[in-house]
Amino acid sequence: MPDISVKGFAGKIDSPNPFWLASAPPTNTGEMIMRAFDAGWGGAVWKTIGEPIVNVSSRYSATDWNGQRMMGFNNIELISDRTVEQNLTEMAEVKKRYPKNAVIASLMVASNREAWHEIVARAEDAGADGLELNFGCPHGMSERGMGSAVGQVPEYAEMITAWVKEKARTPVLVKLTPNISDIRAVARAAKRGGADGLSAINTINSITGIDLDTFVPRPNVDGKSSHGGYCGPAVKPIALNMVQQILADSESALPLSGIGGIGSWRDAAEFLLLGCGTVQVCTAVMHYGYRIVDDMAEGLENWMREKGFRTIEDFRGLSVAKVTEWKHLNLNYKIVARIDEQQCIGCDLCHIACWDGAHQCIHLDRVTGPVDGHVELHRTPAEEEVESRALLAETPVTRRERAEVFAAGPYPTPLARIPRVDETECVGCNLCWCVCPVEGCITMVRVDQGVAAETWEQRTRQGVESSR
Amino acid sequence: MSTSAITDDPQIRERFGELKPALTRQAAVIEADRCLNCFDAPCTAACPTHIDVPGFIKRIASGNLRGSAVKILDANILGASCARVCPVDVLCEGACVMVRQNRKPIQIALLQRHAMDAFWASGELPPVKAAGPRKLRVACIGGGPASLACAAELCRQGAQATVIERRELPGGLNTYGVAEYKLRAADSVREVEMIRKLGVEFRCGVDVDSASALDALEAEFDFIFLGLGLGAMQRLNVPGEDSGGVMNALELIAAYKTGHLRELHGTVVVVGAGNTAIDAANAARRLGAETVYMLYRRSQNEMSAFDFEYEHAKQEGVQFLWNRLPVAIRPDPDANGRRLLETVQVQQVNGQLIPLQNSQYAMECDLVVPAVGQSPLTDLLQKLRGVEVRDGRIVADRVTGQTGNARYFAGGDCVNGGREVVDAVAGGKRAAMAMLKSAEVAHA
Repeated sequence: MPDISVKGFAGKIDSPNPFWLASAPPTNTGEMIMRAFDAGWGGAVWKTIGEPIVNVSSRYSATDWNGQRMMGFNNIELISDRTVEQNLTEMAEVKKRYPKNAVIASLMVASNREAWHEIVARAEDAGADGLELNFGCPHGMSERGMGSAVGQVPEYAEMITAWVKEKARTPVLVKLTPNISDIRAVARAAKRGGADGLSAINTINSITGIDLDTFVPRPNVDGKSSHGGYCGPAVKPIALNMVQQILADSESALPLSGIGGIGSWRDAAEFLLLGCGTVQVCTAVMHYGYRIVDDMAEGLENWMREKGFRTIEDFRGLSVAKVTEWKHLNLNYKIVARIDEQQCIGCDLCHIACWDGAHQCIHLDRVTGPVDGHVELHRTPAEEEVESRALLAETPVTRRERAEVFAAGPYPTPLARIPRVDETECVGCNLCWCVCPVEGCITMVRVDQGVAAETWEQRTRQGVESSR
Repeated sequence: MSTSAITDDPQIRERFGELKPALTRQAAVIEADRCLNCFDAPCTAACPTHIDVPGFIKRIASGNLRGSAVKILDANILGASCARVCPVDVLCEGACVMVRQNRKPIQIALLQRHAMDAFWASGELPPVKAAGPRKLRVACIGGGPASLACAAELCRQGAQATVIERRELPGGLNTYGVAEYKLRAADSVREVEMIRKLGVEFRCGVDVDSASALDALEAEFDFIFLGLGLGAMQRLNVPGEDSGGVMNALELIAAYKTGHLRELHGTVVVVGAGNTAIDAANAARRLGAETVYMLYRRSQNEMSAFDFEYEHAKQEGVQFLWNRLPVAIRPDPDANGRRLLETVQVQQVNGQLIPLQNSQYAMECDLVVPAVGQSPLTDLLQKLRGVEVRDGRIVADRVTGQTGNARYFAGGDCVNGGREVVDAVAGGKRAAMAMLKSAEVAHA
């Protein structure tokens, strides 16, 4: 069985697996964290410790999509509402009982050197394996000069990181906010300040929605709302991009704990492939509970076994180099869509998507006769609909009529409804493949162009040279 | 409109409770979200009225329930009753692409009902389609779905339409002939009431049965739409059929829906195996008959009833006797008031039904229910000048419904020989559009 343990993350943090709970409600108390460790979580970043705050009610709201709850999630909750003493006493207890699990203290105090020195010392005395500096909280705390107010100003971030490093004996991770035009600015500042690692991303500024009866955005706090931090499955693509940006930049790159929409082993594997050393999870646990970690661990192990990876280090970062600038992509790589007639169910979503959203090269002309070429040669989707509405339909009331209506043909779908790709016009954009509801029905097939690979950079450089 | 002719008997209501419960709001949204929103959807193509099915379903998903209902009503003014009576297995739901992926088809009928229920609850009317009034007056003879659809479309387009109905209440088979557990007579009447509010005039209890009556209509109206339906049910043509203890399927259904029949006991034999036969057999069970047989002269494979209707009848406890022919009905000498239905087993040889020797059997029963189809309407048809009738059906253009006489249009059962409500609606609507177009050309 593959070994999914993490050794020496950010210098010296060990964890039985890469799955950590992010600093959030699921890590509010020692009791909760111990239950999480029992469920199988490798580590936990304690709900941010600092001067206790007062929260409002309500605090959360979500974006549902197409019947799925919590595609995106939003909160306006602040840091821990319990005293530093309470949190650290429990942390000592947790470390005593679970010495092998990683316990990270997330910290946020006022921006002065003494306050940071004091909290660092107290957290480490309680047994924290590492520290995570919360420079990311985008709501509430930022109005008081903390959280993302620090994380959005590279100079502040560097200064506070340096203060912490003066005192810290354990690895120091800086948690980055995505609410900045280039996340690398603060990543570089943290690195300059001496950080041992980074956590990214924190939540994204958001208003999840507005109640159309009361006109009050959610969450509603006595008739008013405030922007919150967005997270959950919806933010994963944004997080992956920022993780890639950080780890592809030598001035930013540090051991990274990936955060953002992770809810399954697949999500986790993607963050690890982009170079993360651990991953942090919150929304999925708030939705389903700590129990989700067993499939995350099992699924990752099974995938590693299938791929022949023995440890996380065998594949960590493999995808970093597979992301490049657009100008380095091969302009002569050509793929086209192919539709498997035996699998097509005749929804014709690829047809309308290609016509209205892409390049007008998927047609319904298998029966009338293929027409290749420009848009003007074809009937438009609107004309097709008018034609179809003009056809008479009758209820098949006799057995014979029903046998005719439901007669089996060469394909499961009548040929007239199986779209055809005009490969001379297909630009290989993938849209049809994205909309097709049947897995494997549309494949994107490489077409040999008979020419060598050539990038935009190469082509324009040649242009410049030939014009000389 | 008086609704005294339909029953509100609590016993009937209890015994004929709705077959399928309505979807809750959230269940409807979940189901609506499941719809793939196909382009030029096969469900829409399969529907005779071409309701934009994904269009109304996605409006349910988005919470635009009024838009959803209007979308339905624009295509099919009887959208509420069709949601309950359509054999969707062989129409929209049967065409759903989901089945090709081994997934359950979208529950289109229940979603349509959800949208229509919300519309009824709002008390609103579907909007008119045309900007202003037109000088066009049309009489629709017969008050069934074809005429209702024709008249409603005409009024929504600014024309005037009058429905002339022989019976006390309009609605045709929707009011008098559909199993109550599918569509309550009261709901059919409510739908008619909506059409009346759209501006359709109703003349009920009026039988157009003479040449002079037709003359009067021709003088009053520009066009006449024939939505006559079919005639009385066919007779078995066996001795003893008129001696009591016999009530045909449509009479039986109308009788319990109008409060004239509250209970049945003993054994009922329904002769026939179509969808109406099944409605009557199920009704007999629900009215209290202990034993209900369906007797069919051919085999199960030739039964015209839809498969889901056959399955339903079995669940209701109806028993089926195949390849058996009724030959006579006579009083049971051993039991006062009961009947003996003489039957014989038959075998098909080259399409002919040949009685088997020594297969006579007398079934003791309390009621015989012939359900072997409706006869064509012959009386009035013979009086229609220039309207061709072939095999008991009015010959009309398939698209426009126009007959050989340019002022007469026709649709529904009297043209198609007996199909579903949705087919009648489609025929009526197409005829209305053709009349409007014809009038436009005439005035241009």
